[in-house]
Amino acid sequence: MTLRRREAIVGLLFVLPALLIILGIVLQPIISTFYLSFFDASLSKTKANVFIGLENYLDLLSDDAFWATIWRTVYFTVVSVGLELLIGISIAQLISSRPPGWKFLRIALILPWAIPTIVNGTMWRWIYNADYGAMNALLLQLGLIEKYRPWLISPKMAMNLVILADVWHSMPFIALILQAAMATLPPELEEAAAVDGASAWQRFARVRLPLLRGAILVALVIRTVEAFRVFDIIYVITAGGPAFGTVTISYLTYLETFTFGHIGRGAALSFLISAFTLAMALIYIRFLYRPEDRAL
Amino acid sequence: MEQAGPTVEEMNAIVEEFNQANPNVKVMIDYVAYDALHDKITTALASTPPAYDVFLVDDIWFAEFADKGYLLDITDRVPAGTKEGIFTAAWEVSEVAGTVYGMPWLLDQKYFFYNEDILTQAGFSTPPKTWEELIEQSKVIKEKGIVEYPIVWSWGQYEAAICDWVTLLFGNGGTLVDDQGNPSFNNEIGVKTLDWMLQTIDDGITNPASVSYVEEDVRNVFSQGQAAFALNWNYMYDLANNQADQSQITGKVKVALMPAFAEGGMDSATIDGSMGIGIAATSPNADAAWGYVEYLTSKDVQDRYSAHMLPVWETSFEGESGEKLASTSPVTEVMVPMFQEQFPYSHVRPKVPFYPEASKALQLALQKALTKQASSADALNEAAATWTELMK
Repeated sequence: MTLRRREAIVGLLFVLPALLIILGIVLQPIISTFYLSFFDASLSKTKANVFIGLENYLDLLSDDAFWATIWRTVYFTVVSVGLELLIGISIAQLISSRPPGWKFLRIALILPWAIPTIVNGTMWRWIYNADYGAMNALLLQLGLIEKYRPWLISPKMAMNLVILADVWHSMPFIALILQAAMATLPPELEEAAAVDGASAWQRFARVRLPLLRGAILVALVIRTVEAFRVFDIIYVITAGGPAFGTVTISYLTYLETFTFGHIGRGAALSFLISAFTLAMALIYIRFLYRPEDRAL
Repeated sequence: MEQAGPTVEEMNAIVEEFNQANPNVKVMIDYVAYDALHDKITTALASTPPAYDVFLVDDIWFAEFADKGYLLDITDRVPAGTKEGIFTAAWEVSEVAGTVYGMPWLLDQKYFFYNEDILTQAGFSTPPKTWEELIEQSKVIKEKGIVEYPIVWSWGQYEAAICDWVTLLFGNGGTLVDDQGNPSFNNEIGVKTLDWMLQTIDDGITNPASVSYVEEDVRNVFSQGQAAFALNWNYMYDLANNQADQSQITGKVKVALMPAFAEGGMDSATIDGSMGIGIAATSPNADAAWGYVEYLTSKDVQDRYSAHMLPVWETSFEGESGEKLASTSPVTEVMVPMFQEQFPYSHVRPKVPFYPEASKALQLALQKALTKQASSADALNEAAATWTELMK
């Protein structure tokens, strides 16, 4: 046995425990969930699981309620990630221009991100409360509304307000990534552009933004996948109401699996979510990723 | 669980008593919000051995949990004296097809609360006896500007909405299911009742935020003096009327018989929200668990901890025992006679294994109608179709 091979074996032995743990806690559940998705399976102790092939998948894909839920989730994802990106870039730009108090701003920015989602959801549920919520009090004092009004009673409004709560919570993530990326950009390029007579907007849009593409890609992929799987903030603020107006795909999976006990169907839903998120990640990479970004 | 039953402090005290008296058994208790409890139990019980030996089972879950094989059959463990001493209606909650799957733990129903101060200001000396009368009184209260929205409900997309709906539906002479168990809520009475709910929102009598509210929101709004009328479980009386740190209307809260529709010809109707305690069928400690359950549901414990939960023992309400119970606290003084007056009008929800799914379909129907996404008739027909599908 050569020294190199011996080293390789010893190395393998060293990583083996970690490998086993990863296989056990990541791969095994994925495989057993996949297996389960082909069964009419319940949480019952008295009924055996029945193999039904692709029926769970076919049922879901031909169900209007499923597609309505997918579009609702897409709406949530596009609007909330879009707003987060827009506000995130603006704030990152603001911080990197070093206005007075920028250090404080950078720390304050972390606070919403640091709040656990469940706590954030509870907080916004109170803020939106029709009878004693802070939003009504604020809008009334600003003179924007004449009297307290209920906020979470129309499906569309409820969805937009859940998005607002999510943007407040997650926007700092994008802002921080972009701000860090901006700090690494060489100032010479923008200086040269300025010498050539480029306006501030041109320097931002033509020089800075293209250089940030890699960082934006990373932030977008992470946030899109997270937003598409949104669950806890909805569970707390609206529980999917009113009239299922805020039921997203993860919430539907939760209902099917744990409330209704259809774990086979729930497993199939989980795999469909994975398929959709994978497709979205591929789309991003196809359109945003360029070979020169490989460093990221 | 906050919206029914003893407070966490009371429950801790009960468990502490048991642990002191039984050094060889150590009870550890977890608390879960009501709306998360069902899902917590179904996942905890799916494992072997189960994560819990003893758990709280709501009225509507007994059929499902028995069907899924979660609950220990305790028919033979219940002594004859216990069987006779506890209300028959309480056993109906924890029995499924003649088998006892749990000990009755608390008897509850939705009560009709009103703010006496507001009614007096509006010039009324008695609370409404019918929903029609409630509308009349509400109009006066609203016109005089005493409160903006005279009544607040729990019509959010939760089980709470079903409870208020059943109360109104039965009060209008309707039913959820017929004798064969087929859905019967999507008839003329059902549509009329749902339209009535919608009308009270449109007329500004019902607080419009009700469509997003659960019991705790109802309690908060009512306790701030922002509603003249409210429906809630037994627990609200003490918190709204006696606890100054929780309520701005202490001393003004009164309870009356739940109104019904004069049109429906009923005297009253409300929803039974009773609960039992079950033992996991696969529990390795079934005997110890039974000892604990017997203790929790004993007449002694139930009589002493009656501030937020009335005893399941019929004997607790009889003769000297009844007088003693009524004089236990300022709460029982009011709620014991009120319970006895209201309980004959209390309706249980159907005992079906698919209840969570059927209920969600009905919640969706109510919400669709109340947010004007669909007409009452279409929404109820859709829910009835889902219900029928689930029966197959």
